[in-house]
Amino acid sequence: MLTSFLPIDPEVADRVEALELPFNEWGIDPYGIDAEELGRLFTALQWLYRRYFHVEVHGIDHIPDSGAMIVGNHSGGVAIDAAMVVASCFFELDPPRLAQGMADKFIAKLPGASHIAARCGQFPGLPEHAERFLDDGRLLMVFPEGARGTAKLARDAHTLVGFGTGFVRLALRSGAPIVPCAFLGGGDAMPTIANFTGLGKLLGVPYIPITRYLVPVPRPTTFQLLYGAPIQLEGSGNEDDETIARYVESVRARIADLLAQGERLRAGEITEDDLELEEG
Amino acid sequence: MVPDDEDRGGERLSGVPGRPSVAEKPPPRHMKVLVTGIAGWLGRLVGARLVERGHEVLGVDRRPWKDAPDGVRMFEADIRKRPAEDVFRTESPDAAIHMATVTHLVERSADRFRINLEGTRAVVDYCERYGVKQLVFCGRHTFYGAQPDSPLYHTEDEPPMGIHSFPELADLVAADLFAGSALWRVPKLDTAVLRVCYTLGRGSRGTLARYIEGPRVPTVLGFDPLFHFIHESDAADALVLAMESRLRGVYNVAGPQPVPLSVIVRETGRNGFPVPEALMNLTFGRFGLPKLPKGAIDHLKYSIVVDASAFQAATGFMHTRGERQAMEDFVAGSKGR
Repeated sequence: MLTSFLPIDPEVADRVEALELPFNEWGIDPYGIDAEELGRLFTALQWLYRRYFHVEVHGIDHIPDSGAMIVGNHSGGVAIDAAMVVASCFFELDPPRLAQGMADKFIAKLPGASHIAARCGQFPGLPEHAERFLDDGRLLMVFPEGARGTAKLARDAHTLVGFGTGFVRLALRSGAPIVPCAFLGGGDAMPTIANFTGLGKLLGVPYIPITRYLVPVPRPTTFQLLYGAPIQLEGSGNEDDETIARYVESVRARIADLLAQGERLRAGEITEDDLELEEG
Repeated sequence: MVPDDEDRGGERLSGVPGRPSVAEKPPPRHMKVLVTGIAGWLGRLVGARLVERGHEVLGVDRRPWKDAPDGVRMFEADIRKRPAEDVFRTESPDAAIHMATVTHLVERSADRFRINLEGTRAVVDYCERYGVKQLVFCGRHTFYGAQPDSPLYHTEDEPPMGIHSFPELADLVAADLFAGSALWRVPKLDTAVLRVCYTLGRGSRGTLARYIEGPRVPTVLGFDPLFHFIHESDAADALVLAMESRLRGVYNVAGPQPVPLSVIVRETGRNGFPVPEALMNLTFGRFGLPKLPKGAIDHLKYSIVVDASAFQAATGFMHTRGERQAMEDFVAGSKGR
């Protein structure tokens, strides 16, 4: 294993055991998710989540203990947003849950990254994967802004670019609830001023973010992570584009509202008690 | 003799996974079954299992099977030639299990293509001409190809995607699709195309077994794909069960859940030999490593895993041997070689 030199915190190992994944005798589930790799990942993430960054999580109880989709905004140049969502579901929920992301397809081709991502439950974003995970009652993490979202510059970190529509059809087909989620602070952690796509292509990734201090390494920052009440959409998934677009817009508006509340919270204009996370 | 419709009705499409395996189920009425490629290891297991189940077995193979059990009549013939057709004509089998395909990649080019595609064509023709009721085609799960952006679990409705990167598999893909076309071309013949995952066990000489047979197993640095395999005895059971269930259609066949290559290497007592992809070609056939074609590299980087739930639902098949036993039996068998 490439990562076998990394330590595993015993408490993290206990939480991995408590995940509702059908691990076999080698600690591997039917998708190849590896309990040991998860132990290493979450031990490292724990340090980032609790020590390097400071994450204020609100409304985590809105995540049901059945199949559901967390739908959130991108903010932060690299996948810090996804990492913090995954960490919050693992460290704050009891029993813990593994949020499985729909990774960008380029990751599957990268040596090392492909291996680690798959062992930790982060698979290429294909509708077949998403449907299967939801059918299995797993927790799916979706960023409908896609790569355009991660490529946002720091000044746009708390805005939303266009949403894809696939996630709504998926929610309708599977009957899984959507948990809207807003992540704030990515722009401060990673003050991206430009993205170098040419250099990225050479390295087999979509782009390399360039920050004010050049290197794409996030700074210690306080993040806010807001989970709204689940949205249950009704339908078959075969609705016309206009109906789907309306659903997409309603979810997008809900996330925009959570982002606006998060910004005011971040600016100290309101407190946790003022948050309205229940309204759909 | 062929089981009548009443027999079939009770045995098919129960949709309840976890029913007893072939060995525990009462055999249906005696059938006369022609098996092509019976002298191969999996073919022998299928032949023996059919005899155990009370069927009459006609074995057709270019290779001899000297210690074939009583109940197996051997015909040494090339499936594409007249003597093989004569067996169909004179014996009028009820069912045929077609296993005479070359899978390992030593036999190259035109001859392999002829055996796999023309052989399959001949078998379908003979079945139609001589009134065979059931054909089981033993295909491979590698049909789907190894791709970075394909779904982890393949279902039967997916097209083959790996041909451009692994042209050596084109003949097997073509044979699979050709056998499947018998479903509409020869509607009287119940055709079952089974896409069986890798087999492993005491005597297996299949693709996976050959790849891990040496003490050093080459892997691509930074990749650890899942490998889906089934114990050879379970694979033989599945083929017999498909025939007895009068199965029609295309089905994936798998046993326990897939296992990462690194675990297979470790559990079989081999040493992984990670090589950067760019140098992979140079190592094939050298340093005691197996000789593999260039296209095989994708199969060492990306997983091919199949969803076999449709086969389970249609036949009630459940594997009886787990991943560990398959690997242990493989190790025990390879020591004897």
